[in-house]
Amino acid sequence: MDSIAQTIDAVLYWLAQPNILNILVLSVAKGGLVLNIILVIAAFLVWLERKVSAWMQYRDGPNRVGPFGLLQPLADVLKLYTKEDISPKNADKFFHRLAPVISIAIAISILCVVIPATYIYVGPEKLKFYFSVAPNVNVGMLVILALTSIGVFGVTLAGWSSNNKYSLMGGLRSSAQMISYELSMGLALIGVLMIAGSLDMNNIITSQANGKWNIFFQPLGFIIFLVASFAETNRAPFDLPEAEPELVGGYHTEYSGMKFGLFYLAEYANMATSSAVLTTLFLGGYDAPFAKELLGLQDGTLLMVLVQFGTFFAKVFALLFFFIWVRWTLPRFRYDQLMNLGWKVMLPLSLANILVTGGVMLLLKQFGIL
Amino acid sequence: MIETYIPVIIMILVGLGFGVANILLAEYIGPRRPTKEKISTYESGMEPVKSARERFSVKFYMVAMLFILFDIEVVFMYPWAVQFKALGTVGYVAMFLFMILLFAGYIYIIKKGALKWD
Repeated sequence: MDSIAQTIDAVLYWLAQPNILNILVLSVAKGGLVLNIILVIAAFLVWLERKVSAWMQYRDGPNRVGPFGLLQPLADVLKLYTKEDISPKNADKFFHRLAPVISIAIAISILCVVIPATYIYVGPEKLKFYFSVAPNVNVGMLVILALTSIGVFGVTLAGWSSNNKYSLMGGLRSSAQMISYELSMGLALIGVLMIAGSLDMNNIITSQANGKWNIFFQPLGFIIFLVASFAETNRAPFDLPEAEPELVGGYHTEYSGMKFGLFYLAEYANMATSSAVLTTLFLGGYDAPFAKELLGLQDGTLLMVLVQFGTFFAKVFALLFFFIWVRWTLPRFRYDQLMNLGWKVMLPLSLANILVTGGVMLLLKQFGIL
Repeated sequence: MIETYIPVIIMILVGLGFGVANILLAEYIGPRRPTKEKISTYESGMEPVKSARERFSVKFYMVAMLFILFDIEVVFMYPWAVQFKALGTVGYVAMFLFMILLFAGYIYIIKKGALKWD
């Protein structure tokens, strides 16, 4: 047993050396692992969404494939693979294929900075072996915002390339909605940046250590960010891009088979990513108050990493349940209401939030509390 | 410094690879029996009327332009927010003035009706 542990330690120590080959090998390995994790989470979410909606509507939901219908998403994937892949005659073939690829690639790649950089010490020099893909990116928050902006292209291109009026309207609505709410999103997190004094996701988490979560200091910022992430992920009550009664399927009207499947997957992956970003920014990330003292854990041990990941994913899944809960509770907005909420309510509110946060921080500094 | 961004690039490649592989695999596995009706544009079962490459509401262009303007202002605030504690009162007053200017423009576009959807 001891020798196995020593061997693993030696291998990890060797991998933790910062040279270019190790970075390449590690990032490919971790990238593959993260891809698998997000696929499992997305599959589970699809199942959860159908189950929760069934409970809320006094139905059973999927219950035939596997225990409690848990294997339903797998059956769905098999079905999507064997479906005929129809691309319309008038569609722009290249962009019609490219759009779902952009959507899914962005949804997956954001995770490289979102997963918290927990680490264990390895080897005699106590090198840090990180469990996240890109642990040392010092502008993590900017990477997330940049990639989210590129995600808009997937939706817009899907709408345009289909050469269908419903798709075009859906794509336009969706992109206008996403860029409008991106503003409030970007402004809402400035309060967090002022408190943390850093764009590094890791520093943002450590600045909230021991229960000093930003949700208590930035409640307005949290609410604005939450609402904006509903709009960013095109989820109800802001699912106007795919408002069935008016737009059939919105930007993916002309998509079928696995191309549609990729959009579907991207939506759930984006939900998971938004929840993870919300957790990191406002709910203390992997911080569980008193865990260190109660369990007597040290930083850099495997047990600590497990506790941290457990805490992080518990918070993420609580938020994901909230996403599903809202979808099956609230009716859809009208488009003018949506744009008014974004531009005329949330934008001024988030600007005011920055000024108030700054003023209070300066006052506290004056009295020597901060 | 630059090597910390290598994982980000690799992750984007992993995502792109996953998407491309899935699309190619699905096109290989799935059947292909196109008919004239099946590959025509969907328009609720009606014969498609003209193309979708038509003009659409100018509002969407307005939103896009306003987004670019405001997003640049937002990006301008990030370095300020990160350095806020060091900048102190001077930085706060400067940002306050900047926001007044920003807000004046904002009032102008509202009064012009650029964000009116009806």
